[in-house]
Amino acid sequence: MTKQEALYHFVLRLGDDSLILGQRLSELCGHGPILEEDIALTNISLDLIGQATLFLEYAGSIGSKEKSNDELAFLRLEKEYVNVLLVEQPNGHFGDTIMRQFLFDAFRKPLFEALQFSTDKQLASLCEKALKETKYHLRHSSEWVIRLGDGTEESHSKIQESLNILYRYAHELFYSDETDTVLRQEGVIPKMDEVKKEWEATVTAVLEEARISLPENNWKFDGGRLGRHSEHMGYLLADLQYMQRTYPNMEW
Amino acid sequence: MSIKTKTDWPLWEVFIRSKQGLNHKHVGSLRAADATMAIENARDVYTRRSEGISIWVVPSNLISASDPHDEASLFEPAQSKVYRHPTFYDVPDGISHM
Amino acid sequence: MILFGTQVKENIVDVYLFLEGAVYIYICKAKLYYMKKLDIKALQDNFQGKIDRDIKIEPNDWMPDDYRTTLIRQISQHAHSEVVGMLPEGNWITRAPNLRRKAVLLAKVQDEAGHGLYLYCAAETLGADREATIDDLHSGKAKYSSIFNYPTLSWADMGAIGWLVDGAAIMNQVPLCRCSYGPYARAMIRVCKEESFHQRQGFEIMTTLSKGTKEQKEMAQDALNRFWWPSLMMFGPSDADSKHTEQSMKWKIKRHTNDELRQQFVDVTVPQSKILGLTIPDKDLKWNESKQGYDFGSINWDEFWQVVGGNGPCNKERVDARRKAKEEGKWVVEAAMAFADKRNTKKSA
Repeated sequence: MTKQEALYHFVLRLGDDSLILGQRLSELCGHGPILEEDIALTNISLDLIGQATLFLEYAGSIGSKEKSNDELAFLRLEKEYVNVLLVEQPNGHFGDTIMRQFLFDAFRKPLFEALQFSTDKQLASLCEKALKETKYHLRHSSEWVIRLGDGTEESHSKIQESLNILYRYAHELFYSDETDTVLRQEGVIPKMDEVKKEWEATVTAVLEEARISLPENNWKFDGGRLGRHSEHMGYLLADLQYMQRTYPNMEW
Repeated sequence: MSIKTKTDWPLWEVFIRSKQGLNHKHVGSLRAADATMAIENARDVYTRRSEGISIWVVPSNLISASDPHDEASLFEPAQSKVYRHPTFYDVPDGISHM
Repeated sequence: MILFGTQVKENIVDVYLFLEGAVYIYICKAKLYYMKKLDIKALQDNFQGKIDRDIKIEPNDWMPDDYRTTLIRQISQHAHSEVVGMLPEGNWITRAPNLRRKAVLLAKVQDEAGHGLYLYCAAETLGADREATIDDLHSGKAKYSSIFNYPTLSWADMGAIGWLVDGAAIMNQVPLCRCSYGPYARAMIRVCKEESFHQRQGFEIMTTLSKGTKEQKEMAQDALNRFWWPSLMMFGPSDADSKHTEQSMKWKIKRHTNDELRQQFVDVTVPQSKILGLTIPDKDLKWNESKQGYDFGSINWDEFWQVVGGNGPCNKERVDARRKAKEEGKWVVEAAMAFADKRNTKKSA
C-alpha cells in the first residue's frame, strides 16, 4: 500500500466517523429533552457535518479517482463506508446519545491533539481546527455523563445500561491495520497506544465521578472499518442518500 | 397552569462582552440546572454568530433591581447637578486639549 | 338592638354615635375607592402616554392587566410557532441532497429553537412561567401559527418555506421591533437579524430548482402550489374578523393590521415568483393600477378555521412530537436538578 492510498483510507475514516455521527445527531433536531439541549446537540451535529465536509473533500482529492465530498458522502455503497460501528448506533434515549458521544469524544480529543503535528500539513491543519470543537464536545458529554450518573436513581440506572450496551463498540475506535502501519512509518499519524491510554484515563475518571462502572461483558464488536456494518446502517443510508439516488446528476 | 415542580431548571440572566474593551451587555435569559450548564447554554444560544468573548450568567432571583416607582427620587437628583457635565463650563477660544 | 348586625345599646346617644361612626366609615371607604380609581386612571394615562411617545414599557413598570395578558398570549404563541416550526423542516435534515444544504438547514432550524427561547424568556419577564406555557401548547390550550400544520412532502418544500413562510414571518416581525414592550422588541431585533438568512437560503433553493431539470422545476412549482394559500393565511383573519386588532394597535403591540401585511406580502412576493419563472396558484391575481398593488383571490377561511381548530393535516403529529420530547426528557431534567442540588449541598456543608 502506498502512502497516498493509506492517507486516503485514513482520512476517509475520519470523514465517515464525523459524517455518520453528525447524521445521527441531526435526527434529534426538534426532539431534545429541553430547548437549550436541542440547541447544544444541533451545534455538535453542525460541527461534525462541517468536519465531514472538509475531511471528505481532502480524501476526495487524494483518492485514486478524484471525487467531490458530496460524491463520497452520498454515492458510495454501504460496504464502502468505513466509520466505526459506534457512530451508527441509534440515538435511543438521551443517555444512549450522550454515552455514545462521550466514548467517541474521549477518543477524538487525544487523536486530534496528536494529528495536529502530522507531517501531512493539510491533515494537521484540519485536525487542529477539529480539535477546538472536539474539546467542547468532550466537555459537554463528560458533564452530562456525570450529571446522569450522579443524578437520580432512574438516570443512574439508565446511563449505566447505556454504557453496558455501547462499551462493546468502544474497542473498535483503536482498530488499526496496514493503513495505520504505513502512515505511522511516515510520521503522518501517532502511535495509537498513547491515544488509547489517554482515552482510558478520561473514561475512568469520568465514570468514577458519575458513579458508574465498566460492564463485565467486555465483548468487542468491530467490522465497521472494513465496511461490515450493523443493520442500522442500511436505513441510515436510505435517508442520507435518498435525494441523490432518486434524482441523480442534478444540482442542488 | 401546571404546578411548578422542583425539577424545573431555574432561570439565569445572560451578559455578554462582545469585544475586548466593551462592557458586558444583558442579552436575555435561559434555563439551566447549574452555572456550568448556564454558561455553555449561553454560548450555544447567544454567540452562534461570534457575538461574544466573555459570558456572565447570574441566577435571575439573585438580581436586585431598583423600583421604577422610585425613579423620581433615585434619578432626579442627578438631573439637577448639571455642573457635572463639561458643557456647563465656558472655556476661552484658543485653549486646546480641554 | 341590632343595627347592621352589631349589638348597640338602646340609648339615643349611643345609637346616634354609632350611626355617625357608620356614616364616617362609609365616607372614608368611598373616598379610598375613588382615590384608587383616580390613581389607576393616572397610571393608565401615564402608561398610554409612554406608549404614544414611543417610550418602551419594561418588565417592572405598571401596566394594565389586559396589556399583560394579551402580550403573554401573543409572545408565547410566537414562541410556540418557532419551536413547532422546527418540525416540518427538521423532517428533511437527514435527507438533504448535499452536505452544504444539510448544514444550512440544520443551522436554520437551530436558529428557530433559539428564537423560541428568546421569546419564552420575553414572556417570562411578564410573569408567564415557561413550562406552564409549554404545557398549554401540549394540552391544546395554546395556539401556534397554522402554517406548521401542513406537511413537508418534498425537498422543494424547504425552499418554499424559507421563501414564503419566513418571508411572511419577517413582514410580521420587522414592525414588532418597534413594539411598545421592551423585552419583546429586543427579542424581535435579534430574531430579525437572524431571519434574513432564512429567507435567502429558501429563495436560493427555489432558484436552483427552477433553473434545474424538468423534475426539479416541477418539484418547485408543486411546493409553491401547496404553500401559497397557507402562507397568506399566516397573517390571520381579515381585519373585519379580527377583534383584538384595535386595542393591540393602540398599545403598539401590533403595528399594522392583518390585511395591510397580507397585501404587502403579495405585492413583494409576486415579482419574486416571476424571477423564478413559477406561477402563483391564484387565477384571480391581477395588478391593480389605481391601488398600485395586486388584487388577489379569496382565501378559503373554512380551511383556515379548521386548521386553527385542530383539523390541519399535521396538528396531531406536531403537538404529539413536542409532548413526547418533553415527557421523554423529564428524567433528564430531573437528573440535572438532582445533581445540582447534591453539589450545592456539598458546597455549603
